Amino acid sequence: MDLYEYQGRDLFERHGLPVLAGGVATTPQEARAIAERLGGRVVVKAQVKVGGRGKAGGVKLAEGADETVARATDILGMDIKGHTVHKVMITVTADVAEEYYFSYLLDRANRTFLCIASVAGGMDIEQVAADTPDKVVKAPIDAVEGVDEAKAREIVDQAGFPAEVADQVVAVAVGLWKAFVAEDATLVEVNPLATTGDGTLLLLDAKITLDENAGFRHPDHEALVDQAAVDPLEQAAKEKDLNYVKLDGEVGIIGNGAGLVMSTLDVVAYAGERHGNVKPANFLDIGGGASAAVMANGLEIVLSDPSVRSVFVNVFGGITACDEVANGIIQALALLEERGEKVTKPLVVRLDGNNAEAGRAILDGAGNPLVQRVDTMDGAAERAAELAAAGV
Amino acid sequence: MAIWLTKESKVIVQGMTGSEGSKHTRRMLAAGTTVVGGVNPRKAGTTVDFDGTELPVFASVADAMRDTGADVTVIFVPPQFTKGAVIEAIDAQIPLAVVITEGVPVHDTASFWAYNVAKGEQTRIIGPNCPGIASPGASNAGIIPADITGSGRIGLVSKSGTLTYQMMYELRDIGFSTCVGIGGDPIIGTTHIDALAAFEADPETDAIVMIGEIGGDAEERAADFIKGNVTKPVVGYIAGFTAPPGKTMGHAGAIISGSAGTAEAKQQALEAVGVKVGKTPTETAELMRELMSGR
Repeated sequence: MDLYEYQGRDLFERHGLPVLAGGVATTPQEARAIAERLGGRVVVKAQVKVGGRGKAGGVKLAEGADETVARATDILGMDIKGHTVHKVMITVTADVAEEYYFSYLLDRANRTFLCIASVAGGMDIEQVAADTPDKVVKAPIDAVEGVDEAKAREIVDQAGFPAEVADQVVAVAVGLWKAFVAEDATLVEVNPLATTGDGTLLLLDAKITLDENAGFRHPDHEALVDQAAVDPLEQAAKEKDLNYVKLDGEVGIIGNGAGLVMSTLDVVAYAGERHGNVKPANFLDIGGGASAAVMANGLEIVLSDPSVRSVFVNVFGGITACDEVANGIIQALALLEERGEKVTKPLVVRLDGNNAEAGRAILDGAGNPLVQRVDTMDGAAERAAELAAAGV
Repeated sequence: MAIWLTKESKVIVQGMTGSEGSKHTRRMLAAGTTVVGGVNPRKAGTTVDFDGTELPVFASVADAMRDTGADVTVIFVPPQFTKGAVIEAIDAQIPLAVVITEGVPVHDTASFWAYNVAKGEQTRIIGPNCPGIASPGASNAGIIPADITGSGRIGLVSKSGTLTYQMMYELRDIGFSTCVGIGGDPIIGTTHIDALAAFEADPETDAIVMIGEIGGDAEERAADFIKGNVTKPVVGYIAGFTAPPGKTMGHAGAIISGSAGTAEAKQQALEAVGVKVGKTPTETAELMRELMSGR
């Protein structure tokens, strides 16, 4: 889960890291209250999870409460690269002298964590690394040993931070590592990490990603999810413990296992190239051993997407027995009828693997005209795409 | 001979007394795996009956190894306890630990991996979030269905469980030496490269199927490795061409970050070193079939 900047600022503050005083507002009135509390000159920043806010006019200075309200009014509702601004963060201003860069992140390739530090901050770090690689330090962090003062000092020396800020950067590096571990983050990026005219070090931006797998030890992380930005179908699926991602196409997809479902999306998209360019409408993994109830919930979510024209149920029975899956589909359709939802969209079903013959016989025996059986994955994808194109 | 898991492997199960653990212990036994016991400190000294096979429960991995000569552990404990279970396995220096559990926090995986490295990598870790490893006709450690295919001369390494099963099914007429599900998490113990190297060295493997998916650059690094180190033919399949950036597609590691981790990049990297990449699992199987028929 990616956090908004204001959530990152709050998180840093909670962990005792030096940030600017500030608050977040969803309305100009709230912006006024924050400006009055902070007093004087403030900066109003659009809260969107996309870069280039400044260039898009999403970051403005304001003098006093009235001007803050005016700037907040301008920025709230603004569209930045397809993201509507629903919140602004308001902080006091900093008289920035120097800008640095500091981050911790997951290093998948080396199966560990990485610290990236640079005295050339405030810019795109990838660009800095490309133009002046000697200005960017990449230090692997041992997950067990972590970052203590000695390790932090080693990084700070290597990156060439000036002597007068070195002690402060070391303290931030240690504190930031503690926050990174304590919050189960996979990324904390501070750009810029800045000094002010009087030599104080401040974390002026926050880009944070949290590990959703660690949610069980962070009940507070759930509150960081931006409900307004969550797709309603994805929300409904989540409430039913279904792994669903909304996409933009017309062929609803249900399958078992993340890899097989990803593959199903691709195969449907290829087939769609021959049938009116229809595309997959969603990713939905019902997992292993899916019961009739899970199948019904899945079908309900997929069918409630108005852009869906046909549904492709693609199951390879590994642990799951295909006869159970077939019964699940038949029962799911009956269950939906009982819930008063008339199913009118065609279903293409492909069953292979464990008890596939029995499963196919059950589907054939049920004689539901909406259910079409195709025995190969590629053939079934073709048929589902064709039906979706015909239904458009 | 197969890789890492053979007829001679003696398997224990951490979490054998739990619901998933007991279900799959029964299945592993039915597949002919030599399962010799389980680990649960609270039930140490008891036994569990699996359709007539009485398996002892030990207090620790070390105890189980001492009493049974076990050399493989399969871990089914919940995510909260997975790090502890793996560290226990590493401390006991068991040669192979297969971590089935899904939903392990990546900080936990990073720390048990760092611990394993510090201990000299005495333990090969497969997973987490994986279906395990199967050498058809010999042994099965994990949840891969044993009846999809018999033994043969293809080696398979895959990030995905069901795609592994699909590929085993597509090529069941030829058969497999070993199928390894390495898992879909951002940090995993055994990589594509480890499996490629082992298959290259295995006299009973003639060709390799490699299945990847979006996220990270493991497939690109595997391509680099193939170029200099693999003489056996490799065919590839990559899932996730239609996945949008920034969305996690089921597997915790299956996410395109910015422009990194796309299926296109992985396909190009593999094709650049001569690996044929199928558009669909079936087409990939066909590529392998053509290859094997010419041998």
